[in-house]
Amino acid sequence: MTNEIKHHLTDALLMGYASGNLPEAFDLVVATHISLCDECRARLGSFEAVGGALIDEAADAVDVNDDALESTLRLIEGAPKDPIRIRDTAPEAETVFPEPLRDYVGGDLDAVRWRSIAGGVKQAVLPTSRDATVRLLAIPGGAAMPDHGHHGTELTLVLKGAFRDDDGLFARGDVEVANEDLHHTPIAEPGEVCICLAATDAPLRFKGILPRIAQRFIGI
Amino acid sequence: MNVVVEAEEQDWAALVRRVDRDKDKAAFAALFRHFAPRVKAFLMKSGAGEALAEECTQEVMATLWQKAHMFDPSRASVSTWIYTIARNRKIDALRRQRRPEPEDLPWGPEAEPDQAEVMTLQQESEKLAKAMKKLPEKQRKLIEKAYFGDLSHSEIAAETGLPLGTIKSRIRLALERLRHAMG
Ligand SMILES: [Zn+2]
Ligand SMILES: [Zn+2]
Repeated sequence: MTNEIKHHLTDALLMGYASGNLPEAFDLVVATHISLCDECRARLGSFEAVGGALIDEAADAVDVNDDALESTLRLIEGAPKDPIRIRDTAPEAETVFPEPLRDYVGGDLDAVRWRSIAGGVKQAVLPTSRDATVRLLAIPGGAAMPDHGHHGTELTLVLKGAFRDDDGLFARGDVEVANEDLHHTPIAEPGEVCICLAATDAPLRFKGILPRIAQRFIGI
Repeated sequence: MNVVVEAEEQDWAALVRRVDRDKDKAAFAALFRHFAPRVKAFLMKSGAGEALAEECTQEVMATLWQKAHMFDPSRASVSTWIYTIARNRKIDALRRQRRPEPEDLPWGPEAEPDQAEVMTLQQESEKLAKAMKKLPEKQRKLIEKAYFGDLSHSEIAAETGLPLGTIKSRIRLALERLRHAMG
């Protein structure tokens, strides 16, 4: 399953996720990719080990209150038992969305509330903190996204179907990390609809005047 | 010297196990003495005031007790595991945003981690810590800045120079084993 993934997260993104400093929208793309990719899960583990090594340094330790241990034990006594989390789907039921994404959508693909934007493309913006935005995109087979560049970082994770641009073919689990240097026109492969999770921390740069006008209405 | 450090490191995992199996308060107190001051320092460096850091530290340590059954010593050292709990508390309390977590791999029939693997992972973690101490000052400062939230992801250089290879393959092996056990 996971060894088919060809396009992975960058070290900078994994370090940002491990240190807890990414915008929530990016956290969602990272967590969703890792749910599908053991390679990046292991890389994340090594970046978390860096955090473990930083925390383990005695030189910087700060004294806790004298009664801290007693207070913590009282906290433990008073807390409800750790609720055993019941998984929302049985493992045999194959879902399109991994668990972190299902948490944001409130279900699997059939629970998405799509809005049409243009050319048969549909989107659903997911609620996150405002420092970046994340949306689901449904691009009909063979359709192209408008030609665009990037001001900041754009992460595009494929969940179903596939798209192609100058950087190659992106299928389920693959993630494209685009920045200022990349200008592209992603085109969905002919056939099935391409469903992507896309996050941006700055508006995209469109070439044509028409997409730029449309941008004001759809908020990409 | 090395022997002492390694024996000590090995003990943390055993102490977490005693907290999980026996609800052992003495084991918890030993973990608390070592880790609570470090967690508090981490939270303060991440921007928490003293009072908030104290409160969050106690919550982090209480989480250690409550989630002791989730700790998998073949995938992370105790320091690393506590770090992830503290980091999540930081995101919640300081940044006030939700934290999407990857789908976890469910425990397979072989719930008991292999002792040799646990040992090797702990050793790799110590090697990483030692290697980090030897990094040039400038690079070390950069890593600290990244982890304490003073660098954005776009400012983090792709080439970190951290020796992560062996620990990554160690974690990868543990994941493969887990997947395998699940069938
Ligand atoms: Zn990956
Ligand atoms: Zn793009």
